[in-house]
Amino acid sequence: MPSSADHRRVAVDRILCSGHGVCAQTLPASIALDEWGYPIIVEDHVDADAGALAVKLCPARALFLR
Amino acid sequence: MIFGESTLWYLSRATGVVSMVLLTVVVILGVVTAGRRRPDGASATVAMGIHRWLSMGMLVFLITHIITAIVDGFVNISWLAVVVPFISEYEPLLVGFGAIGVDLLVAILVTSFLRHRIAERNWRFIHWATYGMWLIAVIHGFSFGTADQPVLRLITLGCGVIGGLFASWRVATSFADRHRRTEIAAQEWS
Repeated sequence: MPSSADHRRVAVDRILCSGHGVCAQTLPASIALDEWGYPIIVEDHVDADAGALAVKLCPARALFLR
Repeated sequence: MIFGESTLWYLSRATGVVSMVLLTVVVILGVVTAGRRRPDGASATVAMGIHRWLSMGMLVFLITHIITAIVDGFVNISWLAVVVPFISEYEPLLVGFGAIGVDLLVAILVTSFLRHRIAERNWRFIHWATYGMWLIAVIHGFSFGTADQPVLRLITLGCGVIGGLFASWRVATSFADRHRRTEIAAQEWS
């Protein structure tokens, strides 16, 4: 499914990620954490607004939408 | 009478102290976010949300503090002295510290608003200046806390001590993510 106005795909920059676990809270249906606290993307299609908020709240700026 | 001749002066001092407390809370939440070894998601998310939105709330008090201090006219501070350090007629050094704090704060706010448009290292470099901005704010607030208002001075001193403790902890804790990655790399793999 391609990205649309109200639907985006979320991705993690593994180099920037510092494992705060915020994305798993802001996008609970899409992101789980591994045993060390780094994100695993379960479902990359997210609501555009929820995705934008999650990107904004990532302390490491490691989350992005495409 | 609600709006007496000293109203603006009191408002300025009150909003100054509130700004000091809110700024310290915002700084501490940022320090904790940056330095925590094993953050758990829920509190990290709350800390991040409050850090971002309370900084905006703090601005309301800070702007009121600056405007009332100038408009009041009890002491002579020009509008230019808000951003240009050491040119105020009243307490040039101490108002100057406030002005340096304002300049740094503007740089920190602008880079944070544009964080998604500028390089991460540039944002980070400017964001480090928050420590200096906060310290300057504490000096500015503490030095202005006059002898007849020990409570105001004590609040600022308390902010300085608590913020200083968190900053020391941040220096001691080094870089959490690097530490954790080393730990993961060093473990036995089956």
